[in-house]
Amino acid sequence: MNKNAEDYAREMKEISPAEFFEKNRHFLGYENPVKSLLTVVKEAVDNSLEFTCDAGILPDISISVKQIDEEDKYKIAIKDNGPGVLAEQVPRAFGKVLYGSRFHKLKQSRSLFGIGIKGVTLYSQLTTGKPIKVTTGIGKGPIHEFELMIDVSKNEPHVISHNELKNPDKWHGTKLEFFVVGKYIDKGKSTIPEFLKQTAIANPYANIVFDGPTGKITFPVAVKELPKPPKEIKPHPYGVELGILRRLSRTTKARNVIGFLRNDFSRVGKSSAEEILKIAKIDKNHHPMELTHEELERLHKAMQTVKLIAPPTDCLSPLGEELITKGLQKEIEADYFAAVSRPPAVYNGTPFLVEVGLAYGGKLDPNSEAQLLRFANKVPLTYHQSDCAITKAVEETDWRRYGLQQSNESMPNGPLIILVDFVSVWVPFTTEGKQAVASYPDIIKEIKLALQDAGRKMKIFISKRRRSQEFQIRQNLFERYIPEVAIALSKLSDVPKEKIKTELESLLKKGVKEGTEETKIEESEENGEESS
Amino acid sequence: MEKKVADKELKELGKKLVKDIKRGKNPSMDVPIRTLSNVIYSDKSKMITLGNKIAKRYFFNVAHVRKFTQTTEVAALARDLLEAQKHMSLREVFYAMRRTLPNSNIDIVNEQVESNKAVEDLELITDLLREQLHINANKLGAAAGRVVIKDKGDLIDWSKLGSGGWSIPSSVEELEFKKVDAKFVLYMEKAAIWERLHEDKLWDKMKCAIIASQGQATRGIRRLLQRMNTELGLPVYVLTDFDPYGIYIYSVLKTGSISLAHISARLAIPEAKFLGLTADDIIKYDLKRQIIKFKDVDLKRLKEISKYDWFKNKKDWQRQFKLMEELKGKVELDALVTKGITFISDKYIPEKMKNKEWLD
Repeated sequence: MNKNAEDYAREMKEISPAEFFEKNRHFLGYENPVKSLLTVVKEAVDNSLEFTCDAGILPDISISVKQIDEEDKYKIAIKDNGPGVLAEQVPRAFGKVLYGSRFHKLKQSRSLFGIGIKGVTLYSQLTTGKPIKVTTGIGKGPIHEFELMIDVSKNEPHVISHNELKNPDKWHGTKLEFFVVGKYIDKGKSTIPEFLKQTAIANPYANIVFDGPTGKITFPVAVKELPKPPKEIKPHPYGVELGILRRLSRTTKARNVIGFLRNDFSRVGKSSAEEILKIAKIDKNHHPMELTHEELERLHKAMQTVKLIAPPTDCLSPLGEELITKGLQKEIEADYFAAVSRPPAVYNGTPFLVEVGLAYGGKLDPNSEAQLLRFANKVPLTYHQSDCAITKAVEETDWRRYGLQQSNESMPNGPLIILVDFVSVWVPFTTEGKQAVASYPDIIKEIKLALQDAGRKMKIFISKRRRSQEFQIRQNLFERYIPEVAIALSKLSDVPKEKIKTELESLLKKGVKEGTEETKIEESEENGEESS
Repeated sequence: MEKKVADKELKELGKKLVKDIKRGKNPSMDVPIRTLSNVIYSDKSKMITLGNKIAKRYFFNVAHVRKFTQTTEVAALARDLLEAQKHMSLREVFYAMRRTLPNSNIDIVNEQVESNKAVEDLELITDLLREQLHINANKLGAAAGRVVIKDKGDLIDWSKLGSGGWSIPSSVEELEFKKVDAKFVLYMEKAAIWERLHEDKLWDKMKCAIIASQGQATRGIRRLLQRMNTELGLPVYVLTDFDPYGIYIYSVLKTGSISLAHISARLAIPEAKFLGLTADDIIKYDLKRQIIKFKDVDLKRLKEISKYDWFKNKKDWQRQFKLMEELKGKVELDALVTKGITFISDKYIPEKMKNKEWLD
C-alpha cells in the first residue's frame, strides 16, 4: 500500500478553494467558452449591482466586451459608480477565494456563486495567464490601480502592481479589466445581451451600457428610486439544516444552549427555547461548543417539532408592481403589461415572496410559445429552465382561462412574456450551477397564485381587445356589402344609389340593432330537383 | 300585364327596404321558411303546402348579410330582365351574380345552389313565380302525341316532329292547346323509354301523349302535365323505375315538394296515378333476375318515403314498400327489354291500362 486513508485525508485538506475552482469550474458556470464568457460578465455585473444598490446609489454600469487579435480571446471591462473598495481590501476582495463566506448570512442577496467575483480573477489567469486589473475610488483620496493574480495553491492574492492616481473629481466606483478565453454569441436565450436585457428589466433603476463585439446597446434607466434595501435576519429554526446548525453552534458567542437558541435564531423566545431543549433532552446550561453530534441531531429534530411564529418578512425587498411594469415597458414593445407582487410566504422556515410580470401583444410573436424570464433576487436565471419550480408553476397554470392557447401542462402559446422573480433570503437552488429554483410545494403554490392573479388582469385586456377586433371585423364586413346592396336597392326602388349608400353607412356608424329573428334554415332533405 | 305586376312587386320590395333604412331601422325582408317543419300535407287538397312560419332576413346581421345581398341582387337582376324583355337561365343568373366584393375575398355567390336558392326566396318574398321574373331552368323534357299547340305564335303538331319530339320549354304559361285527340298522358322519368315508345308509335296506337323528363321532372314539365290534367281533363299516368327514387319522383309530381311547396297549387297533380314498375310487375313478368342490389342509403330513403303523410295510410303503397324491402333491390324500366324489344309498347302498357293496374 502506497497511500493510506490518512494520506488521502491530508491531501484533501490541502486542496485550497482556489484549487477546487480550477478542478471543478464546470460546476460554477465555466464549462464551455460561450457560457464562461457569459459567466464572467454576469459575476461582474451582479457584483456591481449588489454593492451599488446596497450603498443607496442608482447604478450606472458600463460593460465592454471586445475581441482581441487572437480568435477566442476577449478583453472585458466593467465599470460601475458604486462606493468603491478600500485600497487595503482590494487584494482580498478580488484575489482570495473565501469559499462559503456567505453561509451564515441570511440576507437577500444577488450573489449566486459562493466564489463570485474571485472566479473571474481565477478564470482569466487560468485561460490567458494575465492578471486582473482593478481600478477603484471611494469619493475621496486617490484612485488605486491594482494588477492582481491568485496564488492558487495558497489561496492568497498576489499583487503584481499597485499605483495611486490623482482623483480631482472625487470619483467613486470600481472598474475591472481582464482578458479571458471564450466565445461570444448574440443569438439565443443564453447570451450576454439577453442577460443584460433581463437584468435591465428587473433593475429598472439601473443604467446599463453594453459595448459588445457587434455594437453598442443602452438599457436606460426607467425609475430614479431604489427599492428599500433588504434587512439581514437570523435563521428561523424550521429552515436550518443540520450542517448549518453545527456551524452556528461552533461560532456562536452564546455560552449556553438556551442563549444560543434565543440569540442566534429568529422567533425563539424563552419558553419555546425551553420547550425545544426539553424535547431534545439537553441541559439548558450546556455549552453550545460542546454539543455532540447526537445532541445536535436531537436538537435539530426538536427545533422542527415546536410551534413557532413564522419568520419576519421585512427582510425581503421586492421590486413591487410598479417597478416590474416599468422594467418590462422600457425593454419590451407590448400592448399590455400586468404585474403582481405577492405578500411574503414561508417555505421550510425561510421567508420568500413571488413577483410576476406579464407583457402581452405588440411586437411579440403571436404564433410562438410564451417566453419565460426567470429571476432569483432580480438576477436572471439563464440555464436549466426545465428543472425549475418557476417553469413547473407556469406549465401547471391553466392559461386557457386567461385567453391563451395551451396544450396540457406545457408553456402557453401567444404573444406573451412571463416574468417571475423569486425573492428570498435563501434561494433553494437545485443544482451547483444555481440556475433553477427547487420545487417545494409552498413555492410552486405561491408562484401559481401570482401567475393566476396576473392572468386574471391580462384576461380582461385580452377579452376587451378581442371584442373590439370582432366589432371591427363586423364593421368591415358590412362596409364591403354596402355598395353592392345600394346598387341593387337603387335599381329596385329608383332611389339614387349614392343616397342609399350614405344612409346605410351612417346607419352602420351609428350602430343599428342586429336582427336575430331568422331561424336557421335547415338544409332541405330533397335533392336533385331542378338543379340544372 | 304580367310584366307590370312583377315589376310593381319588385319595386315594392325595394321601396320597403329603402324606407327601413331611411327610418334608421335595420332593413329586413320576410322570408317564409322552406323546411320540413313548415310544410303541411292537406288531405283535402292532397298536396303539400307551405306553413306560415316566417323568418326575418336582416342586412345588419353577420349571419344574414350574405343571403340578404344575394336576394336583393337577384331581385335587381329580375327587374333588369323585365325591363329589357329578356330571359335568363338559372345558370346565367349564377354567372350574372358571381362577383367578388371590392377590397375583399367575399364572393356574392360561390355555387349555383346559392343563386338558385336566392331565386326561390325571391319567389316567396314577392309571391311571383320564377317564370314571371324571366328566369328559366334548362329544358330537359320531350313530348309527342296527338296534340296540337300554339307557342309564341307557332302552331306545333306533336305528332309531326320526327324522332326528337317537342322540346318542352321551361315556361309553358303562355302555351295554348289547339287540338287534342288524346285520352290520357303517359309520363316517364327516362328519355330512353320515351324514345322506345315514340319509335313504336304508342301515342298513335293508344291515342295518348307521351312526356318524358330526365330524372326529376322540371317545373316546366310539371306545369305542362298539370295543365293537361286540369284544363284538358286528361288523366296522367306515371312510369318510373322500381326504386325509392322513382317513387319519390311520382310523389313530387302528385303532391308537390318541400322546397317548392309555395307553388304546389301550380305544379301538383293530385290525380296522377302510378302505372309502374310495381313489385307485382316484377313477379308477374319474372324480372327478379334483373334486380340491382340496394345500398344502405336506398333502404334509408325507402323508410323515409314510406312514412310520408300521403303514403302512410295507403295500404297498397305500404304493401309495395314492404315488397321492395324484401326484394332488397331495384328494377329499371329498361329491364323490360329482356322480354322483347317492343314488349313495353305491345304488352306491358296496354295490358296494365286495360286492367286498370295502377296505384293512386
